[in-house]
Amino acid sequence: MSPIEITRRALLEGTAATAMITALPDHGASAQQTPTGGAGESELMVRLQINGKTHSLDLDIRSTLVDTLRERLGLTGTKKGCDRGECGACTVHIEGRRVLACMTLAAAAEGKEITTIEGLADGDTLHPVQSAFIGHDAFQCGFCTSGQIMSAVACIREGHAGTEADIREFMSGNLCRCSAYPQIVAAVKSAAQIQGI
Amino acid sequence: MQSFTYARASALPDVLAAISQPGGIILAGGTELLNWMKEGIVAPERLVDINGISGLDRIETADRGLRIGALARMSDVAGHEAVARDYPVIAEALLKSASQQIRNMASMGGNLMQRTRCPYFRAEIELPCNKRRPGSGCSALAGEDRGMAIFGWSEACLATHPSDVAVALAALDAVVQVASSHGARDIPFLDFHRLPDDAPERETVLEPGEVITAIEVPASPAARRSHYLKIRERASYEFALVSAAVGLELEGSEISDVRIALGGMAAKPWRLSAAEQALHGIAISDAAALRRAVDGAFGDARPRRHNGFKVELVKRAIVRALQTAGDIA
Repeated sequence: MSPIEITRRALLEGTAATAMITALPDHGASAQQTPTGGAGESELMVRLQINGKTHSLDLDIRSTLVDTLRERLGLTGTKKGCDRGECGACTVHIEGRRVLACMTLAAAAEGKEITTIEGLADGDTLHPVQSAFIGHDAFQCGFCTSGQIMSAVACIREGHAGTEADIREFMSGNLCRCSAYPQIVAAVKSAAQIQGI
Repeated sequence: MQSFTYARASALPDVLAAISQPGGIILAGGTELLNWMKEGIVAPERLVDINGISGLDRIETADRGLRIGALARMSDVAGHEAVARDYPVIAEALLKSASQQIRNMASMGGNLMQRTRCPYFRAEIELPCNKRRPGSGCSALAGEDRGMAIFGWSEACLATHPSDVAVALAALDAVVQVASSHGARDIPFLDFHRLPDDAPERETVLEPGEVITAIEVPASPAARRSHYLKIRERASYEFALVSAAVGLELEGSEISDVRIALGGMAAKPWRLSAAEQALHGIAISDAAALRRAVDGAFGDARPRRHNGFKVELVKRAIVRALQTAGDIA
């Protein structure tokens, strides 16, 4: 069993779960505790807005956003690489900003607009950054690609895709073990030009 | 990961009450806390999520200085026009930290609470480390010490502090504002982080129940003419081997005020006061004189087996940073 699997199992199947969520007194919070019975355990009811849809889920409080997306909602486009905030494979947008889903507790993302790679295309029409990655052959194995694309969409929107040096600097949080970096830079550059940025 | 309870706070008094009891820890950006919890470095009973407190992320600028709310995100501070103009060393240090995803998440208060990147402290399979388990020993003493401290280390711990922006804030004489259920206090930046001595697990002077609320930075000509030079083993997305934050005021071509703080050299940002004094009156164009003034400030340097290169590297970094700030590099 790989270390990644051990980590995931520990996160998802940890016992002794007595998770609960509370609002501190006098100041309302939307989170609620929903006891689900059984040996004093309680899960947490979390409402997540993902790609324009609201999902209500009972979650172990320890669940990260990346595990929740992949294991509970079947949104496996978001990849789990290092699970330590180092590789960028799990990059998603929260409130339009690129962040790491492995370093985000699902409960803490409640009430915020989450966008994943599955929410990028407009029906059958790919997002210009998706098309640019295909056009420039900007991947080999593809494992980092959804994170690269989510990062690139934000990078262009932030105005950090004006030069190749800027692209390299502001895309440095997304690692590619196949080292498709020259093609990735070319794809981001061309997508930024297509979008007139 | 041990389970915990999770609560959202929407006002500071609630946070202070919630963490006045043991077992509580603050969740801000989460980029450090979640790593610690996954590695088993900490196992808090209660997480207090402070992200809903309005106004705690404010960045305010005035003639006398800059005030950065503890919840301000690294990317927002780095991208703030007045910060980039009047305190470039802060913006540069932030932009050379981590990745844009992490900068979008990580808070300024949390940045100061980062713990060392020492591989023994972060080991997935626990190794002796006095920070991680007090009394267990320091694996770096007889182990890999290439990245370790030059100044201020003890037999209990050789680790360095990883923050870039803390080095910039140390150079600019920032103040850390903290609050607890007993009241508020201001901590001068150079007093905020501790040297290891015989208790390396205590990295700051924060008392239990205290929370960082803001960082204040006084305005000055030296802040306006400032620069951060980071030397690392990759061009981006890597912690510093060594770094230099400098601020400079010139009268003609002579140095009339200078601040120098170093990163990657100690368990806290290392202010090089002796060099600052020696640099007064020196012409910024006189590279040999700059180097002599810097050389004289390393009497306390105590390199170990494999990190002696940092001494020469950081001296050159200081001279280069001064020349860059002085527009002659």
